[in-house]
Amino acid sequence: MSLLEIKDLKITFGGLDALSGLNFHIDEGEIVSVIGPNGAGKTTFFNAISGLVAPTEGDIEFEGDSILGLDPSTVTSLGIARTFQNVRLFPNMTVLENVMVAQHCRTSQLIYGALLQTKAFKREEREIRERAEEVLAFFGHRLVGYRMDQPAFVLSYANRRRLEVARAMATQPRLLLLDEPVAGMNPIETAELTALIGRLRSEWGFTIVMIEHDMKVVRDVSDRVVVLDHGIPIAQGSYDEVSTDPNVIEAYLGRPVEANG
Amino acid sequence: MSTMIAPMPSSALDQDWSKVLRWGLICGGVLIALCLVGMPVELDRREIIERYLSLGYVSVLLIPIVLGRIAATQVVLEGFESRKQGLFDLVTGLLVGLLGGGCLSLLMVALDSWNLRDPLVNWSPKLFRFLTYENGMGFGAGAWIATCAVLSMVGAASHVVPAIVRRVSGTVVLSLLSLSVLEGAVEDLSEGFRLDWLTDLIYAKKGGLTLTSTIVVGAVIGLVAVFTSGRVKAVTNRYRDLDGVERQKASMILFAVVAGLCIVLPMFLGKIMNELLANVGLFLLLALGLNIVVGLAGLLDLGYVAFFAVGGYTTAVLTSPNSPFFAPELHFGIALIFVVIFATIVGLVIGAPVIRMRGDYLAIVTLGFGEIIRLLFMSDWLGPYFGGAQGITNVPGVDLGFATVKGTDPRSVFYLVLFFCVIAIYVSWRLQASRLGRAWMAIREDEQVAEAMGINTVSAKLMAFVVGAVLAAFSGAVLVAKVGSVFPTSFMILISIIILVVVIVGGMGNIAGVMVGSFVLIGVLGGPKQPGLLQEFQNFKLLIYGMLLVFMMLKRPEGLVPSARRSRELHQDEFLQDAWLKGDKPGADDEDADTVDVGARGGEEE
Repeated sequence: MSLLEIKDLKITFGGLDALSGLNFHIDEGEIVSVIGPNGAGKTTFFNAISGLVAPTEGDIEFEGDSILGLDPSTVTSLGIARTFQNVRLFPNMTVLENVMVAQHCRTSQLIYGALLQTKAFKREEREIRERAEEVLAFFGHRLVGYRMDQPAFVLSYANRRRLEVARAMATQPRLLLLDEPVAGMNPIETAELTALIGRLRSEWGFTIVMIEHDMKVVRDVSDRVVVLDHGIPIAQGSYDEVSTDPNVIEAYLGRPVEANG
Repeated sequence: MSTMIAPMPSSALDQDWSKVLRWGLICGGVLIALCLVGMPVELDRREIIERYLSLGYVSVLLIPIVLGRIAATQVVLEGFESRKQGLFDLVTGLLVGLLGGGCLSLLMVALDSWNLRDPLVNWSPKLFRFLTYENGMGFGAGAWIATCAVLSMVGAASHVVPAIVRRVSGTVVLSLLSLSVLEGAVEDLSEGFRLDWLTDLIYAKKGGLTLTSTIVVGAVIGLVAVFTSGRVKAVTNRYRDLDGVERQKASMILFAVVAGLCIVLPMFLGKIMNELLANVGLFLLLALGLNIVVGLAGLLDLGYVAFFAVGGYTTAVLTSPNSPFFAPELHFGIALIFVVIFATIVGLVIGAPVIRMRGDYLAIVTLGFGEIIRLLFMSDWLGPYFGGAQGITNVPGVDLGFATVKGTDPRSVFYLVLFFCVIAIYVSWRLQASRLGRAWMAIREDEQVAEAMGINTVSAKLMAFVVGAVLAAFSGAVLVAKVGSVFPTSFMILISIIILVVVIVGGMGNIAGVMVGSFVLIGVLGGPKQPGLLQEFQNFKLLIYGMLLVFMMLKRPEGLVPSARRSRELHQDEFLQDAWLKGDKPGADDEDADTVDVGARGGEEE
């Protein structure tokens, strides 16, 4: 049984089919890239999985159960975490708090524990903190030390992207959805994060779906590539298969001149 | 780096005329508005310096000083060498004052020639007499033009004179003013400490300082100011520079001092002052609750008074023998349990439908619910249960065994309120640094992302609503026990608004800020019905509230005592610059360009 199964997914906004006829599955431990030109429906696809957009038709199954109609928070608690294309941190919370708050669905203490400072509350707070520090330490020296207590808006662009990944990691997902994780990074940072994405699977055991425009990154990390164009999947397969597929080339570069006339 | 030189005026008369005209007309406009609002005439009865100066005149005379100072403020541009201030600015001030005084004279002429009393209630011979010192038109006009010009020049001169002169004279004037205005409080306090002979010496029999005492006290304060000049600032700066553990320690000490004062001081205070403190406490309790809802979770609740009413009515029904339908005459302590239960229920009932709305919609809907609750208590339909407009009377005080807390003994009420405030402060403090508090903050920052990060926003927001509701209901319960009765009219929409103003002016999201806010607004100015220290301003309270709110929003949106987080939020650019200057700049990271880019703030500009 695959971890995520997409069946005949169709999403319509007004008269526009943002996605239609999408069928595919993701197995445990895979890294799958979703590519396609702008407006192809990649982010809509992510929004549908994470519960922010309701599909018009079709079904999404996570570990065999349909997750259609669930709240985003429930989806996250089932084990699907995501990052956002246009980095959406909690800008005025500190770096550490950003990661701590993401463990909300894995923890349980409410008002009572906080007011009476029960042992369970203190233990849980300590665990949340330790886990947050562990996740931040994954990015080397970049997010730890004095940075942990800085508000997130102070961070550099690359660090904000890293913090977004860290925050998603902290929700302890099984499936991690990364929306353009290296957008806006320079080549060195990109290479570094590419390596980290590989480690996310090998060390943390996440299954990863990634939207990415940087073909080098796509080639380096993905087991499989799905190409979308105008909401329709036009190719699937390994990077090499996909990159030579005439449909894909057409979608990116346009049709040869004679067919246009 | 070349510094450019700002265009210099060639002579003192080479003024920026449009600026002078603008500020002069503003000065005149404010003066006229003030007169027509009726403030000077009403405050004329209150003496500041016996026989020489009344609060009414002070309220008018302050305007040209302040505006003269503002008009002569020099705009300093980065990279431009600024001009040394001097005669030029004095002339600016003088002209502004002349214009302002001129406008006031025009008002006098108008007062004399027409009768516009119909729309303008304060258009009266009284105002005319006030303005002319009962010496006729010519004298009045001349005197006001001259006085305004001089005072405005004094205001402008504050830029010119050395800093020490400005600071000392400012301190002297302000402390004399507050000493005189707060006469009632000072006398009450000195009576408690058996220092009445001192106040008898300072104050005149009919109120106000005597001329001699003004001079003597002024000189003493001046001397003290000279010797302590700069020290206060140094201490606050040192406190600000403390970080981490040390700062926490300092805050703890400060908190302990305040707590100690709260416990000891009321013993020396008289009835009026204790009453005032009890009112401050009641509003502080409300404000602390609203601070959780608005400041932490970011839910703008304009119907907060509903929960205040629920607490009050629950207590009244359960403890009063006069409750019309059901009168178990429970003890206050037992009633309190039901207060918590009912506040929770009402919080959930109101919260559940409205909590899915965001921002403005939530504000409007809660505003409606606040009114609905009041109207329900007022209605004939529920009249048989809650007494309708007659309310419920004869609510007993709180019997503690060794003492009874009731309205006739405001000191005991204050201690009861203090007890609840301590609970509220503890609750806010603990919740802020908990899993739930972080979830609230995340919701405030970006609700959609918070949800995507696994926070059940509906239940988290409901919980904020309920915690706020319970704290407000406590306040309502104490209020009813204090007053001994409850009426629907005690729960007007105005209370919701005023509590919100307290939270905003004090500093949203910050416990100390809310404390300062409620003391300044409720203690000094007074609550919606409760008199404050400045009882004279009773009729102008709402006007002052409004002006204060506008001023704060423009000049200091983070409040009087801002939370570090909130001021960062509102001054992001400066904070980024500071962080950059402190060395967290490009290249601080060893190998690559980890730039702090101010421009790309994508995520925050939702």
